Amino acid sequence: MMREELKIRVVKGPDGVEFEVDPLRDYFCEAPPASHPPAYAKIVEDLFNWARSHSLWILGFGTGCGAIEMRPLMTPRFDAYRYGIAWRPTPRQANLLVISGYLSVKTLKRAIRAYEQMQNPKYVVGLGSCTINGGMYWDSYNTIKRLDDYMPVDLYITGCMPRPEALLQGFEDLKKLIRAGKAEGANQYAEKFEWYKANQKQVIHDWDMPDYNW
Amino acid sequence: MDFDWMKIPYAFLTLFIVVNYGFLLNAFIQKIGARVGRRHGIPIWQNYADMFKNYGLRSSITHGVMFYLGPVFRLSGGVGLILFVPIIYGSTMFSNMSFAGDLILALYFIFFGTLGMALGAGESGHPHAAIGITRGLSQVTTAELPFALAVFSVALQYQTLSVTDIVAAQQGGVLNWTLFTNPLAVSAAMLSFLGSMMRPPFDVVIAPQEIPIGPPTEYHSSYLALMQTNRAIFPIAKIVIYMNLFFGGATDWPTFFFKVFMIYLWSAFVGVVFPRFRVEQSIRWFLIWAVPLGVLSIVMV
Ligand code: SF4
Repeated sequence: MMREELKIRVVKGPDGVEFEVDPLRDYFCEAPPASHPPAYAKIVEDLFNWARSHSLWILGFGTGCGAIEMRPLMTPRFDAYRYGIAWRPTPRQANLLVISGYLSVKTLKRAIRAYEQMQNPKYVVGLGSCTINGGMYWDSYNTIKRLDDYMPVDLYITGCMPRPEALLQGFEDLKKLIRAGKAEGANQYAEKFEWYKANQKQVIHDWDMPDYNW
Repeated sequence: MDFDWMKIPYAFLTLFIVVNYGFLLNAFIQKIGARVGRRHGIPIWQNYADMFKNYGLRSSITHGVMFYLGPVFRLSGGVGLILFVPIIYGSTMFSNMSFAGDLILALYFIFFGTLGMALGAGESGHPHAAIGITRGLSQVTTAELPFALAVFSVALQYQTLSVTDIVAAQQGGVLNWTLFTNPLAVSAAMLSFLGSMMRPPFDVVIAPQEIPIGPPTEYHSSYLALMQTNRAIFPIAKIVIYMNLFFGGATDWPTFFFKVFMIYLWSAFVGVVFPRFRVEQSIRWFLIWAVPLGVLSIVMV
């Protein structure tokens, strides 16, 4: 089943020449993600890891009830900016995707697209019990249960819902992981790409996007 | 014509000092803004971490040649500006490649980066980028207008187009500064200054917190890092011009640091007090308040 705008169609250019457009092939890059192992000498990688851990740019993308706990972090009371955590409005610039709670199948599609548009060292944090085992939506017909099956999660923050302090603590733990060079989710995603895609397609029945969208 | 080769390492040294000062100053100004909002603010070295992170990203994608060149143009705009104005008056080490008539070149460089950015971001094909460019170009154009008028007025006043000569004419006491000899031009230029610093009330172009982030929407990794480097250089370069034209220039580094900081603080000060203008409001504001001041200053001279 294809959406109307993704079907192959014939377009007339401004100079009167007619040509065929296949949106899936022409508008998206279909190359599967490649794994980029750490490339530099250890000391350089350590410097980069330090910088990465101190500049977590979160993609402003809220899914479940947990999203409401992220907002206080920007306010004077909790002020996450002093820890080098900032929010970016575009996935291109962000390097941390926070899945803040239950993920309905419809939202999962968007989350995958956003995740795939982020650039290589990228991290995923699952927020709240819904991302771990489904939480109180464990028997819902429309939400996923284990986020780990669909994208590589670096860290879970438990609770229903976790308080902002717990989030800050979680981000501090994530920083330790990054500095130790253990947060290689992006490469894991590239290496086990087929497995992730199979899992994703199992729940998303109306798959109407390219397999990999940059 | 003899070219002094020693100027090249000196120019690099200047650039190095300016980049680092720019990074720290940007963070410091942001911290002041945060403190006004009763936040703690970012650490002072945050910009370095961000920049290293962006240079250290392992993958990046491109949308075409112009997409590459956009940030490069922008950076060369900033660097060019720094290299062709005298940073420290009277010092052979730090007056760089300034020459007679460099004022026109400086004006050109201020606009150069914006244009390059517009082309580059246009190629990214993102609708938000296109909106950002339309907003940015129209706002920057109107904001430059009073500045250009003020510059002409100052050039007329001193009968020269060389920044060095203008600084020289202002030496010997605070009262010789253009600020006091030609207050109208300075006020027009300072209003235009607000518009080009990308701080509130005129920051709708990049709209730092909302969804449409403006021209850099599609930029990431090294592209973004280049632009960040430029964000450190460009304000300083711009302020140096202001300092040279209107506030007597600087004869040593401490004076330089202090004056640049004070001029920067002016935009931060206005920024924390006033809410943001929409583009058409800011254009109208510039045309109604700043441009007549500039015209008047030319007429007075
Ligand atoms: S864990 Fe609790 S608070 Fe979080 S999304 Fe699930 S039900 Fe909502």
